[in-house]
Amino acid sequence: MKKKKNNLGQKILVLILSVLCLSIVIPFVLLVSISLSKEIDLARFGYSIIPKTIDLTAYRYVFKNPESILRAYGVTFTYSILTMIFGLLLMSMLAYPLSRKNFKDRKVVSFIMFFTMLFSGGLVPSYILITRYLHLDNTIWVYILPSLVNSWNVFMIRAYFQAQPTEIVESAYLDGATEMKILFQIIFPISKPVLATVALTTFLAQWNNWYTAMLYIDDEELISLQYLLQRIMENINLLKTMQGQGMPGGDISMDIPSETVRMAMAVVVAGPALFVFPFFQKYFVKGLTVGSVKG
Amino acid sequence: MQKELKQKRRTVLAENAWTTQTQFRTMCALPLFLIILFCYVPMGGIVIAFKDYRFADGIFGSRWNGLDNFKLFFNSDEFLKIAYNTLTINATFIIVGTIAAVALAILLYELTSRNLTKIFQTILITPNFISWVIVAYMVYGFLNPRMGIFNVFLNKLGIESIDWYSKPNAWPFILTIANVWKNVGMDSVIYYATLMGTDASLYEAADVDGANKLQKTKAITIPALVPLITMLTILKVGGIFGGDFGLFYQVTRDVGALYKTTDVMSTWIFRTMRTGSMGMSAAAGLLQSVVGMILVIITNTIVKKIDSDMSLF
Repeated sequence: MKKKKNNLGQKILVLILSVLCLSIVIPFVLLVSISLSKEIDLARFGYSIIPKTIDLTAYRYVFKNPESILRAYGVTFTYSILTMIFGLLLMSMLAYPLSRKNFKDRKVVSFIMFFTMLFSGGLVPSYILITRYLHLDNTIWVYILPSLVNSWNVFMIRAYFQAQPTEIVESAYLDGATEMKILFQIIFPISKPVLATVALTTFLAQWNNWYTAMLYIDDEELISLQYLLQRIMENINLLKTMQGQGMPGGDISMDIPSETVRMAMAVVVAGPALFVFPFFQKYFVKGLTVGSVKG
Repeated sequence: MQKELKQKRRTVLAENAWTTQTQFRTMCALPLFLIILFCYVPMGGIVIAFKDYRFADGIFGSRWNGLDNFKLFFNSDEFLKIAYNTLTINATFIIVGTIAAVALAILLYELTSRNLTKIFQTILITPNFISWVIVAYMVYGFLNPRMGIFNVFLNKLGIESIDWYSKPNAWPFILTIANVWKNVGMDSVIYYATLMGTDASLYEAADVDGANKLQKTKAITIPALVPLITMLTILKVGGIFGGDFGLFYQVTRDVGALYKTTDVMSTWIFRTMRTGSMGMSAAAGLLQSVVGMILVIITNTIVKKIDSDMSLF
């Protein structure tokens, strides 16, 4: 009797969670569905979760001129991977001395980093520094350099280094190894979990970055993938208003199936990442539960 | 032998003490340089908040104007509106977000099949991997004035379409839903992990006493989460004057008609800078930073009193 009741409870639970998951999945389905619809169907019936007729015109449109998307993919991948690799190296090189009790400037350096988590100069001073004094705007470096060292991540790496047995470090030290050697040959291999977590969160943040491009990039050849998507949303709107007001150039947008093309772009931009990132889910989760990083 | 080793260790340590420090400093140098360049140099740029910044004159050439930027900002109608929006929307996010994440964690915990839990969790976390730009596309799919799913549905019921992007009052709800949708899966993970660590014998004892599911949830599950909920909430309150720029900027598509309810500190600072009022934007930014810092220090002090392990510093 009791078991039966429990089973029912479990079934209700599965039902509730399935509905919740459905509400997560439906917006994704909606994007795909609109992108696969016929433009005329949309105009007549509006969007729908299941396309009335499946039509690939929008994708043909997207792939007819794939240069801008491919270039944005290239740019985004390049700066993301560079930030990830060099960020990991630099952050470890900062985290390692901080993890060693015999580093005399430990407290000062920790404070310098910690304070950046509390207070910042804000948007305007950073913007003026980057554009007017460093002239990093419209270069790929503007994506990379300011994002290399993140205090929170450094503290997370340090906490992990600190948790390693000190004997390993000491014996290597007595053998005459330099500190760099100890870090990269001894500490690095045993710290893979935290390094993977930091690497992946850095990569994800960069992959989804539209903000930097919006602020600092005018050069079409250097815009990031997400910013390209943002621009498409704005640009097709622009074409549409032109059409509405009967201005010259309006007929260009007539032959663009704008609603479906827009969503097809979103699918092409979001799709590949959605199949890759979930495989690394456990590392992203670890970033949350890594525990106390202070010291 | 032991003694010899100790002796050797001592001499090596003493001999290398100086070079070790140099090595440490060398390792720190480049990353620290980047922190100083991109975090501390802009802090010096705060002086712009007290200047009538002109592009041609630069930071040093521009004229000082004392507190004029702040006065202008405080006296404008904008200040009260954006301060109100920032605080109320973020407070709503904290309350609704926490309840949703805790509820979800409990549901996942109550599920006996670990395989199903894993599948559900994977699905629930996916929105965490996409950008706000894509979320904005999805929201547009629902709310498009002509073709959005909601309007199609309303039309079927015989109700006329609503132009959501010109209805500011609906947006605190829409933004809250978008925020929960994107973050609830990831947020629930930390609560779920805590529940997984609770003492199973408590539940066994409750079973012996004949407690039902609801009683157990009330008496064991929720109390197990209370300390964590308290801490995380207090810490989130520390960030209440900030906010997720992407959510407010992308999901609203920066539509002017919605500013009444969706314009927050960070979007206002961004827009004001874009329109060229560097001084006033910097002043608002400084205000945001200072208030944020004070809030974090206060909330952290409170957390430290309750449980020093949970505090940030």
